[in-house]
Amino acid sequence: MAAIAPVPAQSRLLMSGNEAVARAVWEAGVKVAAAYPGTPATEMLEVISTYPDLYAEWSVNEKVSLEVAVGAAYAGSRSFCCMKHVGMNVASDALMTLTLTGVAGGLVIAVADDVGLSSSQNEQDSRYWGRFAHLPVLEPADSQEAYEMTKLGYELSERFQVPVILRLTTRICHVKALVTVGERQEHVGAGFKKEPARWVMTPSGAARRLPLMFEREAALKAEAEVSPLNVIEAGSDRRLGFITSGPAYMHVKEAFPEAPVLKLGFSSPAPIDKCRELAALCDEVVVVEEVEPLLETELKAQGIALRGKDILPRIGELAPPVLKAAIAKLRGEPVPAVTAVAPMQVFPRPPTMCVACPHLGVYYTLSQVRNITIAGDIGCYTLGAGHPWNALDTCISMGASMGVALGLDKGRGESDKDKRILAVIGDSTFLHMGMQGLLDIVYNQGNVTVLLLDNRAVGMTGGQNNPGNGLDIHGNEAPRVDFVKLVQALGVKPERVHKVNPYELPVLFKAIREEVKVAEPSVIITDQPCVLTEAYHKLKPFTVMDDKCTGCGNCVEVGCPAIHVTRREKAIKPNGREVDLNFVRIETAACTGCGLCVQPCAPDAIVHAETVVPINILKKH
Amino acid sequence: MSIATTNILVVGIGGQGVMTATEILAEAAIALGHDVKKTEVAGMAQRGGVVSSHLRFGPKVLSPQITPGTAHVLLGFEAAEAMRWRHMLVPDGIALMNTAQLTPPVVDLGLYDYPADPVGSMKDSGCRVVAFDAMAIAKDLGDIRLGNTVMLGAVADHLPFSADILLNCILQRFARKGEKVVEQNRKAFAAGRAAVAATAEVALA
Repeated sequence: MAAIAPVPAQSRLLMSGNEAVARAVWEAGVKVAAAYPGTPATEMLEVISTYPDLYAEWSVNEKVSLEVAVGAAYAGSRSFCCMKHVGMNVASDALMTLTLTGVAGGLVIAVADDVGLSSSQNEQDSRYWGRFAHLPVLEPADSQEAYEMTKLGYELSERFQVPVILRLTTRICHVKALVTVGERQEHVGAGFKKEPARWVMTPSGAARRLPLMFEREAALKAEAEVSPLNVIEAGSDRRLGFITSGPAYMHVKEAFPEAPVLKLGFSSPAPIDKCRELAALCDEVVVVEEVEPLLETELKAQGIALRGKDILPRIGELAPPVLKAAIAKLRGEPVPAVTAVAPMQVFPRPPTMCVACPHLGVYYTLSQVRNITIAGDIGCYTLGAGHPWNALDTCISMGASMGVALGLDKGRGESDKDKRILAVIGDSTFLHMGMQGLLDIVYNQGNVTVLLLDNRAVGMTGGQNNPGNGLDIHGNEAPRVDFVKLVQALGVKPERVHKVNPYELPVLFKAIREEVKVAEPSVIITDQPCVLTEAYHKLKPFTVMDDKCTGCGNCVEVGCPAIHVTRREKAIKPNGREVDLNFVRIETAACTGCGLCVQPCAPDAIVHAETVVPINILKKH
Repeated sequence: MSIATTNILVVGIGGQGVMTATEILAEAAIALGHDVKKTEVAGMAQRGGVVSSHLRFGPKVLSPQITPGTAHVLLGFEAAEAMRWRHMLVPDGIALMNTAQLTPPVVDLGLYDYPADPVGSMKDSGCRVVAFDAMAIAKDLGDIRLGNTVMLGAVADHLPFSADILLNCILQRFARKGEKVVEQNRKAFAAGRAAVAATAEVALA
């Protein structure tokens, strides 16, 4: 995205939490901002990259992005790094020692937890990193607070020379609310000052820094006790008080407007005395936190009597009806009915691959190959686990397909001895964390066939650029990775590396069939772009000739959402077996002419919509 | 409506423009000086999944989420999606629904059935229902992409502010695309309003 003139100060704008953080980063005079895309955090860096006066980059993974931000902060400049919750797992190696070095220029690390699992493989609570790494944690409750706390985070970071964690959740990142924005303040970095005892962390250096870290933590706790971000609202109904933070605060206020509330904005180190103060105000206290009983456990250890996850759900968002039901139960009152009418039963509508997605050809092919186990990875292609392909057997974390595939190979039981092991991974995921796994497969001589689906984008998060497509965050030209050379450099034999067009099903099928038979590492690279990116070019749409469609249903197995079944029939085959017939139509307005469905169509009933004549070109193989 | 907070739920599937429509409704509420919060489950939504966009506005909005049973208006961009979120309505709430049916692959594969009579099911559930074919209306106007504006026209007379405010917000969005696009959208908005008014009259008769 190109730089645009920022909106003037004092404007009141409808902003998502992500947009509000981005604005604050620019206003705080940040010089370097880095991230790897990940829902719900992606838009922060996307928006930051549109502001002038700073450097923004898509890093290859979260650990590198944090290290880039750390370097800039060591150099005395203000820096920013953001990631989704699981990204912090990747970055944590740097984080756990960063807490010993501290920073010179301000560093804010925004971590977005996907509470409610809108688009993630787990639901973890990033507030733990504050405790684990002894770092301050700020928790905004809406967009305005996300904006303000980001700016406050830089002041706190520089005052205590400590990186600050800004803990967001999906319900902050993706909620739009009104924000009043301010002026940008230039921040002039002090420059890098050589200080090996601090910046070069050796065992003896770490031993000297550890006591300082705990001194800092004590000072931060004292700060949290008096911070204006931690406020007691006395309320009028003192029977029950709440200690809460983040978006859960809004839910508590909505459900119990009269109750005393301690709202924690500066939640780590926990302001224990402030919590005692709230407890003294009311008959009973409930800690409302998303999602782990973190503060609850700490306060109980301090001898404060309270309720928490014994009455509240351990998973998901604590929305007002959830809170009302739990408190009614606690008080022995009848639990209010959530709705007047029960939800209607409607079919599920899981996310699907896009019309003409190049992955369709890969998964259609994989669904036709027998006796294989497929280790999957994180990206759009995780959807291959769903219908109609059912062609993905594992998925745990970014890049894991490589190591898991090798483990499936080395750990195969007697029943798997003839199984072929495949791994499926996307271009960006491969560069993020897959390369090391492939090197491990090669080095340890595993028998794995890797499908590297290069669609030249970080597809699932909206098609961001990455080193695989040769464009930087602004869309400017950047050095492009050559995947063939890269995997060969990692040690895969040149004759075991194939680049194929995933729309040419016979070629793809042949490549997979041949490589799984070879007992050594091989890589099949597909090379067609994500259909949601500018690199994709639409072709002429197809239609189905009704009089020629025999209902074989082969095209339905491709899984393209532009193909719809118009009627179903039963038929008896000459051998007496009953078969289901599915007659189809193609939504021509949605079809972009990839031709995948044309290839398995038995009666040649799929033709270009404008010509309405059979097309056999694609079937030449 | 003399209530503190107005709750509008806009639902459909990824790619239909649900989030953009809600954003325009939010802009109209802001123009009137309301506090506004808008939220939805996005992320994987662009992959043809379920999208529900919550809009709340009033003097001061706390939680961004609409509690089930408290939505004043349900604007359904797709027939089965309107059904999916029916329980979010207040007892006297109104559902404005597109009758167009978009079947997902799981239905085409025969794993699930599409509801036989979405409009009838909605009516039987006891809420007020106004149903119209927004896609057909948009096609008649010459561009399927106008469906979004038809939907906004449909909701225009069921908001606690005048339809003109909403229309202005829509036209402002398209202003930079030229007079022709602005005129098309003006027509689409009017057609959406007319479709709802006509259906309501039939119901009264």
